[in-house]
Amino acid sequence: MTNGYHIVVCGSVVPDPLQTLEPVSTPTGPALKNEMMLPAVLDPWAAHALYEAANLASKVAGSKVWLVSVGPKAKLQQVMMTIAQRVSFELVPVDASASGFADSHSTAALLAEAIQSIPGLDRARLLVFGGWESASRGAGATMQLVGERLGILDQFQGVDQLRVLDDAQPDGSFEVLERIEGGRHQVSVCAGPPALLGWATGNLPEPRNNPQIGMANMRTVMPALQKAKSLPLPAGGLHFLSASPPKQQRQTRVVKDLSPAQIAQEIAEWIGK
Amino acid sequence: MSAAPPDSDAANDQPTIDRQEMAVDIACVGFGPAMGGFLTTLARSLLNPDGSVRLESASSPGMPLQVICYERGDGLGFGVSGAVTRARGIRSSFPGVDLTEIPMAAQVTKEKLVYLLDPLRASRRSFAFKAADRALRSLGLLFGVKHEAFELPYTPPFMRKHDGLVLSLGQFNQWVSDQVAASGLVQIWPGMPVAEPLIVGDTVTGVRLADQGTDLHGRPEPGFTPGMDLHAALTVIGDGPVGAVGRKLDAHANIGMPPGHESLEWALGMKMVVELRDDSGLEAGTVLHTIGFPEPEIFGFLYVHPDRLASVGIFVPSWFGSPVRTAYRYLQHFMLHPYLWRYLQGATLKSWGAKSLQESGRHGEPFLAGNGYARIGEGSGSTNVLAGSGVDEAWTTGVQLAEAVIELAEQKRAFTREELERTYVRRRRGSWVDTESKVAANARNGFQQGVVTGMIGMFFAGLTGGRFAPALRPVPRCVPSLEEAYRSRISASELKQIKEDCSTKGTSLHDRVMDRCGWPQIPLDGKLLISHQDALLMGGGVQAPPGFANHVIFRRPELCRECATKLCVEMCSGQAITHGEEGVPAFDREKCVYCGACLWNCRAEGDGACGNVEFNAGAGGLHSTLN
Repeated sequence: MTNGYHIVVCGSVVPDPLQTLEPVSTPTGPALKNEMMLPAVLDPWAAHALYEAANLASKVAGSKVWLVSVGPKAKLQQVMMTIAQRVSFELVPVDASASGFADSHSTAALLAEAIQSIPGLDRARLLVFGGWESASRGAGATMQLVGERLGILDQFQGVDQLRVLDDAQPDGSFEVLERIEGGRHQVSVCAGPPALLGWATGNLPEPRNNPQIGMANMRTVMPALQKAKSLPLPAGGLHFLSASPPKQQRQTRVVKDLSPAQIAQEIAEWIGK
Repeated sequence: MSAAPPDSDAANDQPTIDRQEMAVDIACVGFGPAMGGFLTTLARSLLNPDGSVRLESASSPGMPLQVICYERGDGLGFGVSGAVTRARGIRSSFPGVDLTEIPMAAQVTKEKLVYLLDPLRASRRSFAFKAADRALRSLGLLFGVKHEAFELPYTPPFMRKHDGLVLSLGQFNQWVSDQVAASGLVQIWPGMPVAEPLIVGDTVTGVRLADQGTDLHGRPEPGFTPGMDLHAALTVIGDGPVGAVGRKLDAHANIGMPPGHESLEWALGMKMVVELRDDSGLEAGTVLHTIGFPEPEIFGFLYVHPDRLASVGIFVPSWFGSPVRTAYRYLQHFMLHPYLWRYLQGATLKSWGAKSLQESGRHGEPFLAGNGYARIGEGSGSTNVLAGSGVDEAWTTGVQLAEAVIELAEQKRAFTREELERTYVRRRRGSWVDTESKVAANARNGFQQGVVTGMIGMFFAGLTGGRFAPALRPVPRCVPSLEEAYRSRISASELKQIKEDCSTKGTSLHDRVMDRCGWPQIPLDGKLLISHQDALLMGGGVQAPPGFANHVIFRRPELCRECATKLCVEMCSGQAITHGEEGVPAFDREKCVYCGACLWNCRAEGDGACGNVEFNAGAGGLHSTLN
C-alpha cells in the first residue's frame, strides 16, 4: 500500500444523550416518542471513530475519509452542521430510520451497500471504522455484520488505539490495541487493509471547530444530502415484546466542601440501600 | 496565519497572538428568529431560477455571496421562548405554507386574560391588590370568580394574538434552519461562539471567534486554537439582548447606542414545557395571560401546543421591587395556583429554560446600521413591549435587512452607514414594526412607580395609539435590600439570623425568606414539581464543552465583597452562580443556561445594567429543542 488508506467511517445519528427518552408503541413497532423533535448528535462511539480516522488520515499521506451515515435526512443535516466543522470527510448519507429499534442485519446491509457504492473506493486500502458500542443499538454486532457482508476477515472490536508501524514507508500494517477484561489491552498486528475496527473511546480529544474545514466540507456535504437516497429499513423479522427505558432513581442534594472520597462513600452507601 | 489588523480594538487586546483569517461577504452572529428571517430571505435570492449567480461574491468571484452564520448554542433549535405570535411577518415569508405543520405549532383558538388572586396570602400585595382580592372574593358569584381567579371579560386589542400561532421557538428555529441549510447556499454553524466584533475606526470589519483550547480562565492549554478573524463586508448582529457582540458594539461611541438610548428595562422569562394529562381539558391553541400571582409584578402565561404539550411560564421584571427573585420557585408556585393546577396536575415536565428579555423597546434601540454592520432582532430593540411580542418583530427586521442587502448587492453598492440607512433602516421605519414600536415606546414607563400605575399606563397607551402614556422615562429603581423589602414581615434580628444560617449551610437565602413569609414548601412529585437542579437535568440538560473560557466573570472582586444583596446568586436561573469564597460569587458554567440575568441584576458601581459582571461569548448551554 503506497497511497494511503481509504477510511470509511460508519456513523449514524442518535438522540442527544442529554434528552429524556420515552419508548412508545407504534403500528410498526417500538419507537421513541417525538424522536424527530429531539436534538440529535453523531453517535458518540462513531464520533470517536471519525476523529481517529481523521487523525490517521492526517498522518498517512494520500489517505481519505468517508462518513457513511444512516438517518432521516433532516437529522443528518442538523448533525453535519456540527460535525463538519471539526474534521474533513466526504459524506455518504443514507436517508433511512436511525431508530434504536432497527434490525442490526438490515442496518448492516444498508451500510455495506452504501460502502460498496462509493466511487473510487480501493478495497486494497480500505479500513472500515465504526463504533464498538452505540447510544442506540449494539453497534458491535452491526459493525461485525458490515464486515462480513464486505468480506473483511480482519476485524477488531473495542479498539482504543491504532498505530501505523512504519511511518516512513507505510506498507499498510498497523498495531491495534483492543480492550479486554481487567482494564487491559490485547495487542495485535494487522498486515494491512482491508480491515474493520469497532472503536471504543480511543484516546483523542474532540477536535476543535475549524471554520475553514467547515467551509470546505459543506461544499460536498450539502449536495450529497440533497442527493441522498431514501431507503426502507426492513424489520428483518425482528419482533419486540416490550420496550422500556432503564429504571432510574434520582435523588439530588447540593453539598459543599465534601472531598471526592466522601462523595464516593456517600454514593456507595446510597447505592447499597 | 497573520495577526489582526494593528489598529483594530481586538488587536490592541492581544497583539501577540497569530490568528487565522478568512474572508466572506456576510458574517452573521447568532441564530434566532431575526437571523432566520434574514437568511431565509437572502438565500432565496442568491441564485437566479436557472441556477446562475444572481448576487455575486466579492470575496469569491464567480460564486454567490458567501454567507456564514455562527451560533453560540450547541444546536440551532436550542432557543428559549414562550412564543405566541401573530406571525404576520413570518406568514408573509411563507405564502401558501401551513405553519401549523411545524412541530408544536398551533393556531390560536382561545385567548383569555386572567387575574389570579393570591390563595396563599403570601405575596407582596399593595393595598390596591389586596382590595381587589377582597372585592372579588366577596362578590365572587357576581363576577364569576372560580378557582381563585377572575377571567377578564375583555382582552385589550393590543394584547390579542387571536389570529396568531402558538409556537415552540426551538422547533420553529430548527424548522427554519433546516430549510435554509438545505439550500446549500448559506452556512450555519452552531456550537461556535463569537467573541467580539472587529472594529477599525467606526467600521465593523468582521468578527473574531472565541479561542478554543483554553482553561476556564482563558489561558492557553495544549491544543490551543486562537479564535479565527472572519473578515466580512457586512456583519449582521442578531445575537440577542445579552449577546457578546451586540453588547460590545453598544459600548462603542458612534457605533453602539445613540445619545439617550439605553437598555434599562429587562425581564427574566422562565418556562417549562409540560405534557398534560389526557383529560386536562385544554385544547391546542389555548392562550392564557395572567396577572396578579405569584406576585403582582410577575406576569404569567400558559400556551397549549398540539399533542397535549403546553408551555407555562412567568416573567420576572427588572422593576420588581424585591431582592427575592428566585424565579424557579415562583414558577412552581405559579403552576400550583388552583386556576392552573386543575390543568397541570398530573402533567410531566418535558423541558425547561430561561432567557432575558430586553424590555426597553425602542428606548434601547442601538444604531441599527453603520459602516459594515447592521443589527436585527431583539438586540436591536425590536421587541414590542406593549403587545408583549418579539418573535414576529425580530423575524421581520431580518427580512427587511435581507431585502436591503439584496438591493445593495444588485446595485454593487457598499455596505456603508449611508447605504444601509437608505435601504434597511428606511424599510424598518416604514413598516408596522416601527409604527407599533412607537405606540409602545412609553407604554411601560409607569411600572417604575408600581404595578397599578404601570397597567393603567399600558392600557391608555394601547387604547390611544401611544398618544397618552407616562411620558417620563423611568430611572431604574434601586432594588431594595432584603431588610428594606421585608421590614414589615421579618425583624432585622431574625433576618440577620436567617442570613447567617443560610451562609453557614450554603442554602438559598431567598427560599428561607419565602418560607418565613408563608410560601409553602413545594410538594415535589418527581414529575413536574422537581428540584431546581433536577430541572436542569430532566428539562433538557446543560452542557459546557471543554476548551472554552468561563463566560461569566466578576470583574472587580472587591465590589462583590461589598455587595450585600448578591442578586446574581439569587436570580441565577440554573444555580450556576453561588456564594463563593471571601464574598466573591463562584461560577459553574456546567449549569449556566445563558439567560443573562446576572448581567442586568448586578447593580455594583451603580452604573445600571453594566454592573460588575462580564458576560462573554461561551459555548454550550441548554440542550432542548422543545422550548
